[in-house]
Amino acid sequence: MKIRLKINGKDFAPHIYPSMILLDLLRDLGFKSVKRGCGTTNCGLCTIIMDNKSVLSCSVPAARADGKEIYTLEGFQDKAAEIAEFLADEGADQCGFCAPGFVMNVIALEKENPNPTEKEIDEYLVGNLCRCTGYMSQHRAMARYFAHKQKEA
Amino acid sequence: MKYVSKPVRKKDAFALLTGRPVYAEDIAGGDFLFVKVLKSPYANAIIEDIDITKAMEVRGIVKILTYKDVPQVRFTLAGQTYPEWSPYDRLILDRHVRFVGDAAAIVAGENERCVIQAMRRIKIKYKVLEPVLDFLEAKDNPVLVHPEDDWNPLVDAGGDNKRNLCAHGKDSSGDVNEVLSKCDYVVDETYHTQANQQTMMETFRTFTYFDAQNRLNVLSSTQVPFHVRRILSNALQIPKSRIKVIKPRIGGGYGAKQTAVCEVYPAIVTLITGRPAKIIYSRREAQITSSPRHEMQIRVRIGADKSGIIKAIDVYTISNTGAYGEHGPTTVGLSGHKSIPIYGKTEAFRFEYDVVYTNKMSSGAYRGYGATQGFFAVESAVDELAHKMGMDPVKLREMNIVKEGQIMPAYYGEPNTSCHLDKCIARAKEIIGYNENALRKDLGGGIVRGIGAAVAMQGSGISNVDMGSVTLKINDDGFYSMLIGATDMGTGCDTILAQIAAEVLMCPVENIAVFGVDTDASPYDSGSYASATTYVTGNAAVKTANALIEKIKTAGAKTLECHKEDCVFDGKSVTDKNTGKSVSLKDLANSNMASGFAIEATESFMSPVSPPPFMAGMAEIEIDTNTGKITPVNYAAVVDCGTVINTNLAKVQTEGGIAQGMGMALYENVHYGPDGQYYSKSFMQYKIPARTDVGNIHVEFDSSYEPSGPFGAKSIGEIVINTPSPAIANAVENAIGVRIRDLPITPEKVLKALWAKEKGIEVSSHES
Ligand code: FES
Ligand code: FES
Repeated sequence: MKIRLKINGKDFAPHIYPSMILLDLLRDLGFKSVKRGCGTTNCGLCTIIMDNKSVLSCSVPAARADGKEIYTLEGFQDKAAEIAEFLADEGADQCGFCAPGFVMNVIALEKENPNPTEKEIDEYLVGNLCRCTGYMSQHRAMARYFAHKQKEA
Repeated sequence: MKYVSKPVRKKDAFALLTGRPVYAEDIAGGDFLFVKVLKSPYANAIIEDIDITKAMEVRGIVKILTYKDVPQVRFTLAGQTYPEWSPYDRLILDRHVRFVGDAAAIVAGENERCVIQAMRRIKIKYKVLEPVLDFLEAKDNPVLVHPEDDWNPLVDAGGDNKRNLCAHGKDSSGDVNEVLSKCDYVVDETYHTQANQQTMMETFRTFTYFDAQNRLNVLSSTQVPFHVRRILSNALQIPKSRIKVIKPRIGGGYGAKQTAVCEVYPAIVTLITGRPAKIIYSRREAQITSSPRHEMQIRVRIGADKSGIIKAIDVYTISNTGAYGEHGPTTVGLSGHKSIPIYGKTEAFRFEYDVVYTNKMSSGAYRGYGATQGFFAVESAVDELAHKMGMDPVKLREMNIVKEGQIMPAYYGEPNTSCHLDKCIARAKEIIGYNENALRKDLGGGIVRGIGAAVAMQGSGISNVDMGSVTLKINDDGFYSMLIGATDMGTGCDTILAQIAAEVLMCPVENIAVFGVDTDASPYDSGSYASATTYVTGNAAVKTANALIEKIKTAGAKTLECHKEDCVFDGKSVTDKNTGKSVSLKDLANSNMASGFAIEATESFMSPVSPPPFMAGMAEIEIDTNTGKITPVNYAAVVDCGTVINTNLAKVQTEGGIAQGMGMALYENVHYGPDGQYYSKSFMQYKIPARTDVGNIHVEFDSSYEPSGPFGAKSIGEIVINTPSPAIANAVENAIGVRIRDLPITPEKVLKALWAKEKGIEVSSHES
């Protein structure tokens, strides 16, 4: 079957099979920043933004994306680079496999709550697992990032 | 120093953080056959018949392989230097399946859906055999995991397949029984550590295809590209010259990818069909057919005199290697060889071990590699000894730890050339606010806090075995290419090795382009494991950079028409110190393009020693005695890894290792059902720490200077996982007066122990 959707501002009309998962569709269409870490909604690697909400694409049937507006990290490259500055300065990128999902969710957090407390940051990002870093460096980087955004504002 | 001991950003930071396609699956492209492995549902069975006719009828199915289609020569999947200590005990597909999940058939088709469909239609008749599941009953059990006559150990590691023994060994110095019998205090306890999954976020995956020269190309997420080349050559029975292994960016390894868990399956499909093939493990497959930490039972006897001097340590380890022997004979060694020598005043030690086969998933390498298990046991026992003596456990350590300059008999007789462990302990105490009279704090309502400590060491590479090499060459305009065989799996070694070379070459890190790894182009490296890269390959980087400078000077002398001995190089130009005439590196490099003289160098390094890094870890935990739940609150870690090459990356390595260690201490466990079925098949059943589970991890360094290391550096990657389990177990006892000797320390075990304490009953420590 065929669906229509918008990804990163561009129109797509892919053919899908009934059991297809949105994560696989997005990767097939070339949006490789979307990663699979578990397939059971536990790791956050497949985080995308669909209709302005952060969503785990491993748990969404592709058919459900019909008519939706989707963003992957490919669509937020400037924002990603800005956030990356802070993460890179803390060495918070180890293997980096968790990074796209993490950065996506930071973007979602910022949209929802531009001035979060450190506790709110950790709680919002709790579903983004990272096996390499032990989270401290991500925590330091995000505290600095949001403090910096406050100063800018 | 300009580039060493600095928080240099990782070279790949922006690519990774902005989601660029850099991992194997991102860059492999399309048109690969999808490969999956059909798994045995039984823990021990013989395949009597396989019928694939119905499965072959599924549209899109290209090939189904059974045990009849594969070479009948045994090999190992362990990524180790040849001759491997791991016995050659497996086939790609075997009639005898030895654990739930063992490979029964390989199915290749145009897409995943048709492969799954076909797998359901394969009919297999099994003769189901009794399995041996309890590793404590495996040795000399009448049920044999490997009854075959072609079981083939390349090295005599004391194994005997007719006894379910993968390896056996013994090491000692002095008469341990004699010394223990004279001790005023002796603790004799047995500890149990469970199997853990590394759970790197990127599961196992490999892509195979023939290139223009008809050579088998293997794009794989591996820590050991050169070993994979040999493993595939052994498994497929084709010459190594026909294989090329390529390592892209890797989404984590922690040892899991030191075993060629999945490479053979697509490789044999490509070999037989000629078509590109890929395998990508689902999380479920990565949980049930991979290479987790060896489960171990460790008996420790440790004795001290009245004054608190530890006189003798006796360690006996039984290690469960599972169905195959990958890393079995070697991991077990570290359970004693790393944990015993950290105490420097012993008059005698003994270390003995058995590694047994069982009908469970094959174990493998996981960060810490046996040392983690050993330190849980020994560091728990040291606290128990202190309690018995009425002494502060940290004071007991301070009195007994090994000092710089001492010979370590239990550490292969190596001298302790660099050690700030005493300072690490002192600083960790300050950070955690250690007060021996206040290791327990009652917050009311059944909530109690406790503080516990542990020390640890590891090695830096495997002495006289592991080797690293680096090639450096100069390009137009004077920038450098650095070719390495060490595999950056996220740890940042591409950057760290460039920092080391930059320091010698006196140039910015950006001026060095790092290439790794491709087994055709990269110089040989045994791979990234055993905490080897910074120390071993780092030393190779220093050697190579120095050799390159000599070549630069030779080229400079030619241009300046002077003697090489009169030339000085300052990173930017070569100057004749007699005339003051100089030529810039840029001009030299450009004119060199037409000189017939290549400015490039390759050097290798292998170390006769493996200088240990040291650390102290102290945990503050909170226990809810109503539920038994333990929450880490603060963790102080002070590490002596010698000179810290990259201050950011070393810190993050430490934080990450401690978080993994907390998971091991508190909940991570590979669970089996009564027939050897798996219960921990996804992240739902196998929980790993999330960011709200780790408390506040505070890391600092107190660096000694290791004379044999590159700029004084030792290793960091593995030691950092060794302290959380014992420190947390010790904190539990300090908080609530119960000793848990069986990992993980789950709420159930805490409640049971509390209940038993109330009733005054002894509980057995091992249950699984
Ligand atoms: S892959 Fe979607 S949450 Fe893990
Ligand atoms: S950086 Fe490796 S999983 Fe997060």
